[in-house]
Order: sequence, then structure tokens, then C-alpha cells
Amino acid sequence: MLQLQAVDAYYGSFHALFGIGLSVEKGEAVAVIGPNGAGKTTLLRVISGLVKPGGGNLTMEGKNLKTVPPHAIIELGIAHVPENRRLFPRMTIQDNLRIGAFTPSARKQFRERLQFVYGLFPILAARSKQLAGTLSGGEQQMCAIARALMSNPKMLLMDEPSAGLAPVIVQQVFKLVQQIRQEGFTVLIVEQNIQQVLKVVNRAYLLEVGSIKASGTSAELLGSEEIRRAYIGV
Amino acid sequence: MFDVYLLETIINGLLLGGVLALLALGLNLIFGVIDVVWICYAELVMLGMYTIFFLYSKFGIPLVLASLAGIAVVAVMGYLVHFLIISPLLGTAPINQLLATGGLLFFLQSFITLLFGVEFRNIGLRLPVLEFFGMYISFARLLAFCTAVVGMIALYLFLAKTYMGTAIRAISQDRDVMVLMGVNSRKVYLATSAIGGGLAGLAACLLVLQYDIHPAIGLSFGPITFMICVLGGLGNMIGGFVAAFIFSQVIAVGGFYFELEWGYVVAFAIFIIMMFIRPQGILGRRS
Repeated sequence: MLQLQAVDAYYGSFHALFGIGLSVEKGEAVAVIGPNGAGKTTLLRVISGLVKPGGGNLTMEGKNLKTVPPHAIIELGIAHVPENRRLFPRMTIQDNLRIGAFTPSARKQFRERLQFVYGLFPILAARSKQLAGTLSGGEQQMCAIARALMSNPKMLLMDEPSAGLAPVIVQQVFKLVQQIRQEGFTVLIVEQNIQQVLKVVNRAYLLEVGSIKASGTSAELLGSEEIRRAYIGV
Repeated sequence: MFDVYLLETIINGLLLGGVLALLALGLNLIFGVIDVVWICYAELVMLGMYTIFFLYSKFGIPLVLASLAGIAVVAVMGYLVHFLIISPLLGTAPINQLLATGGLLFFLQSFITLLFGVEFRNIGLRLPVLEFFGMYISFARLLAFCTAVVGMIALYLFLAKTYMGTAIRAISQDRDVMVLMGVNSRKVYLATSAIGGGLAGLAACLLVLQYDIHPAIGLSFGPITFMICVLGGLGNMIGGFVAAFIFSQVIAVGGFYFELEWGYVVAFAIFIIMMFIRPQGILGRRS
């Protein structure tokens, strides 16, 4: 579904990503794991068109992402749940969801989509008139995912959904990810919480200082002595 | 003791407040969304007044149609201000945008002076003065107030109910994330500018009923509109709305107890004092 080949990215003169090759198949959940500053967020930003790739190829279902303007990426079925959720804090949940359905194709299905996400997350339906800024961290993450789902995406990019949340809530967030998967969405998730995320994905890539250092199924990575020692601390 | 003249003054102040609130709303909308102050906002009103004047008085087009055309012309002007002037300067130091729209102010004033001269014109329509319980209320002012209120309700509904309106509210809360929602910020800015222009056009329709038109008419409303916006908290539409009525009451009642000019003096003095007490404005969020 999503293919990256030899993708490079720069922030000004800073070389952030080196020759990234990555693929996500339909129905899969794939994680990109790695330490802080490895370039995980940059990788998602390149896919969403927020950072222009310096070189390489990116395709979504065969379509070249480099020729698509950033605001049109979502129309190809890629929805991005950004780091720190980035809800509109002084707007109601329902208004946040409405923005999620801004694209012309999503507007037509607004009611169906709203019913779908409210069915998935009933707590949002109960609080639809509440300002998003007044929600708890876990509820905000739920709302951010729901907002992304309003665009009727094929694939969800999730940037550190567990960041800044209390441990109990982190568990809930990973349950949300599983829930999304069961609904048939393809997921590409970036996480520092490696042990948790590997439980909910099929495969993962290990990103270090801008390059992919290892990849494999969750079981392979969880079994890897090197990863266990460096990142899981067992 | 009940004073019918004071009540008449208060009602007139209220009616004046409607148009000021409309002007403040347009300026606040643009500032809130694009983070740019259009120094030339009242000059767009002036252009609208001339448009209506020429269409109605010179070409004999019915006033309602001329007014709608005036709104459309100023809306297009608003769009062009963003397209031609603000858009190339977005992302540069804010002083550049102030200077550019300030320059446009002088350009528009001089251009209109060159075209039409400095003489005062009016559409020559005398609307009646209504009498209620011994109070005299100008029908033009009443009409202006009611239309301004309808205009503001229409804007509220647009912002609350439509996708573009929701995007306009959202973009002022988080600029950078909008692109992930599939929103092209440039289009939102252009739509906002056109709406801001349209509101200035609507104000022109209402002011043309009450005031003579001349190239410097913008100076009668521009500064006061800025002060209202700042008093209410720049970019805060509700704050601007409240401040418009406070300002118009102070001007009207101050003018009642002293003289008309003193009404303005009192209003500006209150403004200066308020800036010391609450520099972020009455309902301002940023401190």
C-alpha cells in the first residue's frame, strides 16, 4: 500500500533521514521504533508532505506522493494523527470532528462517519459539545484518532500516541490502536514505548540516527538480544 | 428623575454601537485568523461608500442593488488585499504587513481624491426621523443597527455551521495542523479576507445612509475601530462586540453631559486608562 524507497530528508542543512526504505501492506500494522531524535516524527512528516523529501520515492497505492500538495495527501487515504494530538482546544469535540471531514469526499459522508466514530468511541458522543481542551489526555488521544478517521482514510499514521500520558492511560491508548486495527485500518505507528507497541503491530522498523538499523516481525524484534538490551532494558 | 433625553442618547449610542461592532468584527476576524491588522480597513469602507454613491446617484440603480454591489466590490477588494499584498508578506516581520496596509490606506485616499476630488457627496436620500414617546430616533440609524445585527448573526451562523466557517475558527487555534486535515490555509485566508471585505462593504451600506462621503471618511471610523478591537482584545470577536457598545455609549452619554467632542475625549481617556489596567483587552486571552 505505502512504499518508501531510499528516502532522504533534510531540515535546512541538517540531514535527518538517510535512504529510508519501508513498506506497509494493506491491513497491516507497522511500527517505527527508536530513540528520541532518531527521525521518527520526520519520517511521518515526509509521508504527509509536511517535510519535502530530499530524494527517493514515496508511493501510496502506486501514486507518487511527491507530486501531491500537502493538503491533498489526505485525499489519497492517508490520515495523520500528529504528535501531542494537536486538537483545537477551544472547539467542541463535534467541531474538531467536523474539521476532520473537511475534504469534499469526506463531507458527503459526514453523518455516516460521525456515527461510525461515535460508535467506536461512545464517550465522545456523550461529550460531543464539550471543548476538546477540557478532555483528559486519553480522551484527547481518542478524539485525535476519531478526527483522523472522519476523513475516511485507508491508512492511519500515528505519531507517539502514548507520549505524555499516565501509564494506565497508555494501556488504553494501545487498546485503541488494536481497536482501529480490528476495524480494518492499516496503521503506521511511531513509538518510543517499544515493548507496548510491539504487542499490537505485525512488523517494525528500528530507526537510529536517521537510518533503518533493523526490521522484522514483532516477535523477531522482541526476541532480538540487541533490542532487548538497548531499548527494553531486560 | 427620569430624563427622556438621556434615554434617547443611550438608544442612539446603542444604535451607533451596531455599526461599530460590525466594523470591529471584520477587523477582528482578519486579525484572529491571519494575524494581520489591516490598517486600511476603514478605507475599504470608503471605497464601498463611493461604489454605492455612484451606482445609486449617478447610474440610478436601485439602492438595494447598489448596496449589494457595494458589498460585492469591497469583498473582492478584501480578497485582493490578501492576494496581492498580504500573501507575499506572510511569514515576514509583522511590521511589513502593517506598513504595507498602511501604505494602501494612503494610496486609496489619494487615488480616490485624484479620481473624484475632495468634495463631500451624499446619496441625497433623507430618511425620516421617528418619534417614540417624545424621543427622536433616526430611521437610518435604526436601519443600520438592525442590519448590522442581522449581518453579525449571519456571520455567526456561517462560522458555527459551515465547514469553511469551522476551518476559519480552527485555523486561529492551530495554524500548522490544518494541512493534515486537508485544509489549504491559503484558501481559508482568502475566504476570510473576502468575508472581512464583505463586512466592510455592509458597513459602507449603512454609513452611506447617515454620513457624507469624502476621501478621508475612513479616518472618522478607522482609528475608533482599532481602539474598539484593542479594548476588546485584538482578535477576540466577542470582546470587540462588547467593546463597541461600551465605546459608543461612552461617546453618546459623554457627549450628552458635555459636548459631542468631549464624548470622544472621555472615550479615549477611558481607552488609555484601560490599556494600563488590562493591556490584553477586556476579554483578551494573551497576557
